[in-house]
Amino acid sequence: MFDHFVVPKLMPAAPEIFLATMALLILFIDLVVKDSRRSLTYLATQGTLLALLVWRGAPYLAAIAGNNPEALSEVSEIVYTFSNMFVLDLMADLLKLFLYATVMVVLFYSRNYLLDRETLNKGEYYVLTLFATLGMMVMISANHFVTIYIGLELLSLSLYAMVAMNRDSVVSTEAAMKYFVLGALASGFLLYGMSMIYGATGTLEITGVSERLMGGNVNKGVLIFGLVFLVAGLAFKLGVVPFHMWIPDVYHGAPTSVTLLIGSAPKLAAFAIVMRLLVNGLITLAVDWQQMLIVLSVLSMAIGNLAAIAQTNLKRMLAYSAISHMGFMLLGITTGVLSVPGGMLDARPALNAYSSAMFYVIAYVLMTAGTFGMILMMARAGFEADELDDFKGLNQRSPWFAGIMLMLMFSMAGVPFFVGFFAKFSVLEAVVASGQYWLAIVAVLFSLIGAFYYLRVVKLMYFDAPTNPAPLEAGMDMRILISANGLAVALFGIFPQTIMSLCAYALLRSL
Amino acid sequence: MDFQTFVFFFLSAILIFAALRVITSRNPVYAVLHLILAFFTCGGIWALLQAEFLAIAIILVYVGAVMVLFLFVVMMLDINVDRLREGFWNYLPLGAILGILMVVEMGLVLGQKYFQVPAAGAVLPAGVSNTREIAVEMFTNFVYPFELASIVLLVGMVAAIVLTYRGPKASKNTNPNKQVFVKAKDRVRVLQMPVEKD
Repeated sequence: MFDHFVVPKLMPAAPEIFLATMALLILFIDLVVKDSRRSLTYLATQGTLLALLVWRGAPYLAAIAGNNPEALSEVSEIVYTFSNMFVLDLMADLLKLFLYATVMVVLFYSRNYLLDRETLNKGEYYVLTLFATLGMMVMISANHFVTIYIGLELLSLSLYAMVAMNRDSVVSTEAAMKYFVLGALASGFLLYGMSMIYGATGTLEITGVSERLMGGNVNKGVLIFGLVFLVAGLAFKLGVVPFHMWIPDVYHGAPTSVTLLIGSAPKLAAFAIVMRLLVNGLITLAVDWQQMLIVLSVLSMAIGNLAAIAQTNLKRMLAYSAISHMGFMLLGITTGVLSVPGGMLDARPALNAYSSAMFYVIAYVLMTAGTFGMILMMARAGFEADELDDFKGLNQRSPWFAGIMLMLMFSMAGVPFFVGFFAKFSVLEAVVASGQYWLAIVAVLFSLIGAFYYLRVVKLMYFDAPTNPAPLEAGMDMRILISANGLAVALFGIFPQTIMSLCAYALLRSL
Repeated sequence: MDFQTFVFFFLSAILIFAALRVITSRNPVYAVLHLILAFFTCGGIWALLQAEFLAIAIILVYVGAVMVLFLFVVMMLDINVDRLREGFWNYLPLGAILGILMVVEMGLVLGQKYFQVPAAGAVLPAGVSNTREIAVEMFTNFVYPFELASIVLLVGMVAAIVLTYRGPKASKNTNPNKQVFVKAKDRVRVLQMPVEKD
């Protein structure tokens, strides 16, 4: 009966197995340590992520330092394991590296915020963060509909609980409830779409789906029907219009440290599953899903940017900004395949388009981490610092951090020579290369509108009198990391080539 | 119409009726009971499709465990249905348009010949056990998602505890052993009080 079964290769999934083991171990350690030693949980969590980062990141460092991509040849082979359910390619490896770094930074920024708030500062917070990270890693490396779904649920379930952890707050509980109900609905959409595609192709494996589609003889109607639901589910998870309703409430209602987590790392994973499902699996339907994504993208940029102007709460403003940024990122994905007259597809611009989208996501995560980090740094016990007015006159209180925030806001707005500018630039380049000039014009127009509310924050910091003139208080470690984050936004704006070529190389070896 | 087809339509009719009652009944307890009926008939349809393991699993897991728990929760909460129905008529036009649109589109796609599988093609050869096939797949090819599903369950457990546990409470339990051995002088304190005189 089991003759045909071979034990799967475990090595490609070693980071996942290590993280899962460590998460279980930390859960147990947290159970037995005294309250006074609770920081052990935090240190163990950070240690786990650091170990993964060093272990998986070493070849990249060698490749960048020696300027030879040959050093990556060992990690850049596409490996399938667990009956083709798991794939390890360079895109997955690179995204996971950014994921570890992001989660580490997120936990670091959140540390003092959590210490000030007793209901949040529990060992479970860190364990749930690790499980969410595991879910994202599973999503990034998924090559099977079931794995994508399980990874997504692992991520979402951890996040729902973390949003609700501030359980005595009505706003947080409401946010968690909305997130939970809409997330479940989105999962339902995604599953329904997957089941339709399974019905049409007869396989759940993503590479298998693409092979069946290449082979032809698949019922197109059923496939498109499934695709609609699939795109709707993905749009929910990315938070693009018209499936964006949960984003502002969840960003606003969740504790800021959780908002930082929701707003940063999961975008990397969402990008990965969009790539896996739409590009790896359904590339032959590209013309169909590109049309859907263009609609979603334009609507997101419009509603995201316009609604952000009306916000007085910084977290809510950043939520709408996240919607518009995700819309912009989708533009990059919509330009990968051109339909050439005669019913043929031209996939030559694909590499450029998808790597611009990947660069955009990475740049966005970098900027958003810094911005929420600033809110977390200014927050104290009993004070959230999440209103726009709390940033009034920051320049008088701390010129250095006003400068850092200025760089982050400029970068988000896409002012030249910050990383956000190059992210927008590379996506626009891909759009123009595909010949959709109107789309590029719309994108630029909405970016201009968006610049208004970013610059308003700058105006508040530099030209308004502070409500509380006391100088900014923060620990030295926090100051250093936030400064590094802000300077990275400037540095990668001047030298975007490293990450950009890394993205391009990763996608070249993965697609 | 042979007997199998008759059973299928009979169960389907009950399923649709029960599902409709879930969302239309005014009393939440009735809604839950109808949901149980829906799951039960669903199990029947699966048994008809020779998926006996899934049929038993849905009855054991959903009807036996999940829905009973759900019923208890619904009974304990005092749900005011009228409050839930507030704004129903305001949202009806938009909801109805979207709903009808979806139903028509789904009907167009699902009504295609593609989905009309001939009944003869769906018969399992003798000697093939559905349960055995599922087990073999689950523990060989699907071992990765299977293990991950266990972690999802663990996360659910951790989340439930972290959201409800509020630290140890001082226990108010009584110890029967001590109660039995209690003596009168442990309970009654006799005080000597001087008689007050006018």
